[in-house]
Amino acid sequence: MADKFKRVTGRALDELRPMVAKIGVVPNADGSALFAFGKTVAIAAVYGPRQLHPQHMQDPATGILRVNYDLLSFSVSDRKKPGPSRRSQEISKMTEWALSPVLDLKDFPSTVIDVQIYILQADAGTRTAGINAASLALAHAGIPMRNLVCSVAIGKQDHTLVVDLDKDEEDFEEGEGATDFPVAKIANTSHFTLLQLDGKLQPERVKEVIALANKACEKIYEVQKKALKGVSS
Amino acid sequence: MSSMETSNLTISMLRQMFESGKRFDKRGLLDLREISLDGEVSNKAEGSARVRLGKTEVIAGVKLMLGEPYPDSLDKGNLVVSGDLLPLASPRFEMGPPNFYAIEIPRLVDRAIRESKMIDLSKLVVKEGEKVWTVYIDIYPINDDGNLIDASTIAAVAALKSSFVPVLDKDGRIDYSSKSDKKLPVSKETYPFSVTFFKLGNALILDPTREESEACEVRVTFGISVWNKQYMINSCQKSGQVPFTQAEIEKMMEILPKKYDELNEKLKKYF
Repeated sequence: MADKFKRVTGRALDELRPMVAKIGVVPNADGSALFAFGKTVAIAAVYGPRQLHPQHMQDPATGILRVNYDLLSFSVSDRKKPGPSRRSQEISKMTEWALSPVLDLKDFPSTVIDVQIYILQADAGTRTAGINAASLALAHAGIPMRNLVCSVAIGKQDHTLVVDLDKDEEDFEEGEGATDFPVAKIANTSHFTLLQLDGKLQPERVKEVIALANKACEKIYEVQKKALKGVSS
Repeated sequence: MSSMETSNLTISMLRQMFESGKRFDKRGLLDLREISLDGEVSNKAEGSARVRLGKTEVIAGVKLMLGEPYPDSLDKGNLVVSGDLLPLASPRFEMGPPNFYAIEIPRLVDRAIRESKMIDLSKLVVKEGEKVWTVYIDIYPINDDGNLIDASTIAAVAALKSSFVPVLDKDGRIDYSSKSDKKLPVSKETYPFSVTFFKLGNALILDPTREESEACEVRVTFGISVWNKQYMINSCQKSGQVPFTQAEIEKMMEILPKKYDELNEKLKKYF
């Protein structure tokens, strides 16, 4: 398909923003990491496995994962009122479900692994950056994991599919407008652990979206692996 | 009895049955239950509707209130979708702060409606930058027998389609005593349905009963509409721990437009 569409940022259609991954950004935590897609910066800290309170939430068969995601008040243009919102509660839950399939917590009954994700600077793609950071932080904490989880948003500008939208691209309004399709997958598998979408996308184009996501996640995986290899523990 | 959790025995039975394409109520895995729709649940609402999907029943009502526009959309009215899982509707629902599911349903309905652009919010401005209409859609299940999300979307869309914009008096206040003949600006052609796929083992099923949905491991909801004569997915959200495979996603994409057509065929006589 000869697509003449030019991205505002000058990036190629399948080009991710420059990524940064750093391990150990919160010394107090059992594991921690920073992950950035361009100007979007997320940090994540892992505490646990530790005793779960309140007690009635404990599961004697397994440990559980508990995720809290939020934007810091000054991470967005209009100050975000501190404290959980419906949006942040939803993203927390989506992130929990995106990550939990790679964890095996049977050896830690009645415990919780708390993952705290905060966005320092938001330029779209905060939940995907948060998932990538959390995946690294869990690995850094030495939690038994089958694999890493990689996450990216595939977007659509009018009818052109692009990888990793920034805020300007998310606000695109011409033609079919902007569509944002964040996904997460278990690295090197065909298992998708996060699927969300807002906008307009023809069902038959989901195949193309998946192909772009597969390719982008391979690149994210390399960045994550490199960050983890740099750690001596 | 009804308060008891779905047993592991039932779940393993359902797993086996789904594997061979069977269900307790003899439906195929992708078959929907009977749907019916009634208008006017409340004559105080600007529009309202009641949906019955098998034994599941959901009502939705629309109220319009005057308010200020959001700073990032001064030339548009606002849309707010909310709702509650009333303890009236199920032994599973309890009083108190909403749990995640109670928050999720209105958010999914909101996104399906908002992203389909079914409502022309730019026509809901009274005075630009100062005074606009806020469209409140409130959704309440009356009886939960599964698939509340898809039933809620139908109820919300039907309520919107039956809504009128209230009359304003000479001081710009709402005059509830005058009957309005001004329909809410909603598109005739474009309106969303939601289609939620549930998964247990390797089986994908649609429109589960409560028992079936409690046995399932994960679900994914798609908001879908027809825009410019094309099927458009407007929203999507996976809920639950178990992943979907690439093959499953591709299969769902083939089913989705067919289910949109089926719902539309069953419901268009009411719209």
